[in-house]
Amino acid sequence: MCRLFALSSRDPVSPMRAIEALNVMKEGHDGSGVGLFLHDLGGPFGEMKDAPILSGIFTDDGLKRLDAFMDERGFVTKSTLVLDPKTKVPAGTPVRGTYMARAYEVPADLKGKDQAERELTYMTLRVALRLMGEGKEDIRVFSFWPDTIMVKEVGDPLTVAEYLGLDRPELFCRRILAQGRQNTNYAINLYACHPFFLQGVCTMTNGENTAFIPIKEYLLSRGFPGYMGYQSDSEVFAHIMHFTLKRLGLGIEYYKHVITPLSNAEMEGHPDRELLARIKQTCRKLIIDGPNCVIGCLPEGTMFMVQDRKKLRPGVVGGKDGMFAFSSEICGLDAAIPDRDEHADFQPMHLDTAIVRPECQEVTICNQLQSLPRPH
Amino acid sequence: MQSAPILTPSTLSVNDLPWQVDWDIHTCTLCGRCTSVCPVSAIELGVFRKRTVEATLALQKKPTNNYSIYYGIRQRTDPAYRCIGCAMCNMVCPNNAITPRLRPEATTLKFHNNRGGQARTRGGRRNDSGSLLDQIKFIRISMLTDPALDAGRHEFELRTLLGRVQPPEEGLHALEEHAWVPAVREIYPLMIGSMSFGALSPNMWEGLIMGVTYLNEELNMPVRMCTGEGGCPPRLLRSRFLKYVVLQIASGYFGWDEIIKALPDMKEDPCAIEIKYGQGAKPGDGGLLMWYKVNKLIAAIRGVPQGVSLPSPPTHQTQYSIEESVAKMIQSMSMAWGFRVPVYPKISGTTSSTAVLNNLIRNPYAAGLAIDGEDGGTGAAYNVSMNHMGHPIATNLRDCYEDLCTAGKQNEIPLIAGGGIGKNGNLAANAAALIMLGASAVQSGKYMMQAAAGCLGSEHDRCNVCNIGVCPKGITSQDPRLYRRLDPEKVAERLVDVFLSFDTELRKIVAPLGRSTSLPIGMSDALGISDYHAAQRLKIKYVV
Repeated sequence: MCRLFALSSRDPVSPMRAIEALNVMKEGHDGSGVGLFLHDLGGPFGEMKDAPILSGIFTDDGLKRLDAFMDERGFVTKSTLVLDPKTKVPAGTPVRGTYMARAYEVPADLKGKDQAERELTYMTLRVALRLMGEGKEDIRVFSFWPDTIMVKEVGDPLTVAEYLGLDRPELFCRRILAQGRQNTNYAINLYACHPFFLQGVCTMTNGENTAFIPIKEYLLSRGFPGYMGYQSDSEVFAHIMHFTLKRLGLGIEYYKHVITPLSNAEMEGHPDRELLARIKQTCRKLIIDGPNCVIGCLPEGTMFMVQDRKKLRPGVVGGKDGMFAFSSEICGLDAAIPDRDEHADFQPMHLDTAIVRPECQEVTICNQLQSLPRPH
Repeated sequence: MQSAPILTPSTLSVNDLPWQVDWDIHTCTLCGRCTSVCPVSAIELGVFRKRTVEATLALQKKPTNNYSIYYGIRQRTDPAYRCIGCAMCNMVCPNNAITPRLRPEATTLKFHNNRGGQARTRGGRRNDSGSLLDQIKFIRISMLTDPALDAGRHEFELRTLLGRVQPPEEGLHALEEHAWVPAVREIYPLMIGSMSFGALSPNMWEGLIMGVTYLNEELNMPVRMCTGEGGCPPRLLRSRFLKYVVLQIASGYFGWDEIIKALPDMKEDPCAIEIKYGQGAKPGDGGLLMWYKVNKLIAAIRGVPQGVSLPSPPTHQTQYSIEESVAKMIQSMSMAWGFRVPVYPKISGTTSSTAVLNNLIRNPYAAGLAIDGEDGGTGAAYNVSMNHMGHPIATNLRDCYEDLCTAGKQNEIPLIAGGGIGKNGNLAANAAALIMLGASAVQSGKYMMQAAAGCLGSEHDRCNVCNIGVCPKGITSQDPRLYRRLDPEKVAERLVDVFLSFDTELRKIVAPLGRSTSLPIGMSDALGISDYHAAQRLKIKYVV
């Protein structure tokens, strides 16, 4: 079972804070990989909020191909951050090339288009680059999105983080999702490493998604080019969130109703019974069967944690004004925010969605039995 | 010396018959129960004359003949009266003095059961005991589900949807706009397959519907039962139990008259309407209720004279093509119940199933597609139809499901699979395999008869006389002397047992796969088979 740690802070913090939290939960993961999602950046990238940032790993050939590809589409490099390893390559971590995050100046014609079109273009380019690199493995792209950097690598989280020197101001940010990977049923593949990202929606999961194949087939059949990959059974959680948010126009409060709907008996007497029954019926293919704990971040910076229907995975939320964290284990929380009020720690149960808005003031608990905000 | 009996090409000896009756003179009490219970009169009381030659030593006197008479049981060798192996004789024998014995090597009868130029018709299903469904294993055991799901303790919601499910965007929009939404029923994934009121005896029907009602009302299991074509008893149509019934109406509108008359008095809508275009066991033949079973009641319900054979009426003359017919009937049936009842066609497994399905995808009123594979049962069919026609269900269903996946409509048009489920007794395993291959629900008829009413039929041509109304257990007979053998209360009890045990077994299958809150439709990663080509064809894992 993987170990997860997510942090939402009012002021930018070092990603090492999350990595250290993963390190104290070391018993729970085998150190077979680490994934990082950094959002709302504080360093130089924070000053170019609208510029899409491409993050990934590139060989020299790959870099050349990338530049040619982006040039052709009118994207001009604005700023580049190269993570140049300071130490020897850790055992078990392959030498892949340059770990890079590069912000781009968007071509003029794209600038004039509306946000939805820009978002679609960013996603399409990322998918195209990923497919381009798959054969030769010279381009590995994890995200192409404004104010977002993603890092993934095979190896022990702390060792990899030290190797890549992640404790640098350019990577300081307000939202962090971090995963320490426990290799389970699928082969180790960088793209199988959480978190998973699609158009600003990012989630990571611990557990095994037993309903993976039918959900994957369903998402693939939606005809949306971003629903692809699926090297991991957990990738569908990010895409379901994306589907809920972008295709159905439903907020975070609805996500749990999509993946773990109420039983018919629980639905009786619910103020939104009709709507919930409709969601349960039409989104039946997206029901997960667990056991899973999903932690995620939405495009505007809201973070959340949900559990499977039976609450079979650990998960805790806690913090203090200005900084909250979501963790697989309390020891992770202790390591990251030791000076919080421990009595206010909350472990979401099978009906709860724990939400921390970007202002980082409090943990909001949304219970499935409560009435829902009207869909927008 | 007596002259030799007449021997014709069709004269058979007992040895030529697949079923032979062993009778023990020493334990028989000559009570006569066996001969009176034999549904096909294969045995009769016999008077035997025995000659004993008595010769004295050294022939001091001339040898004499002593003639004695004894009584016993004689097996008839006329193909029309051959023993069917039902073993009713044994069931009633106080001393176990008589029992039928199968001689699989006796094949002569096969060449003589078409006398009078009539090809053989029989009830039952294909005489092939092999089942691909039985070869499928569930291989994806969730070793990572820690703690593992417990089939006995965790909550389970093994329900399925019957009816056209709108895509999420459309469904939510319809709610917002207060628009019409297709009727969708939440039902139990195992349905009782279509067996018509003409095919089953009144007692069997009563037993089934009682059991179904108990399951629904006392045990909260929304089990549904399908009628065959040819109408429904008027009392049931007007009762509140109609909601547990899927009414079947065929392309010839047989029995529709009775239904339409009852429409204004219906207290409840039926669960769904199944339009029958084909049946797995006799594709192209449709129903075939032989004259033996058309008694006064059946004649009245169907509006036909008594004692005439009733093959399914031809497709109604207003329907020119299958595409048009399907669309038209779905539309008119939906309209009859104010678009409140799901309407779906049932076809026999065929290479063109996907074509039918593709038509349904574009029909917003189509509520599903039932496919009946070649192993489906029947009350009467020509031997050749049953054994040599039709498409196996597993591949047919898989093709259709994959087709739906391509169209992005999986689960939106539920696929209901039938034909050979539980053929060898593995009801839950076969049903689960079909669900994971893409079925939303499964239908089983013969298993219900075998388990709930003690039907004696087997895949070795045992019994299989459902068509001529002499069912030894009174399940498929319209003769009161036979069907009063069947106690409806006991049928209901057994039916409830069957569903409860099925439910337990289904949980025992899905829990280790880590599934509990939604039916694992299309969970093909859980399936494996040791036949390489079957694995390739079904796109499941090849395991040895």
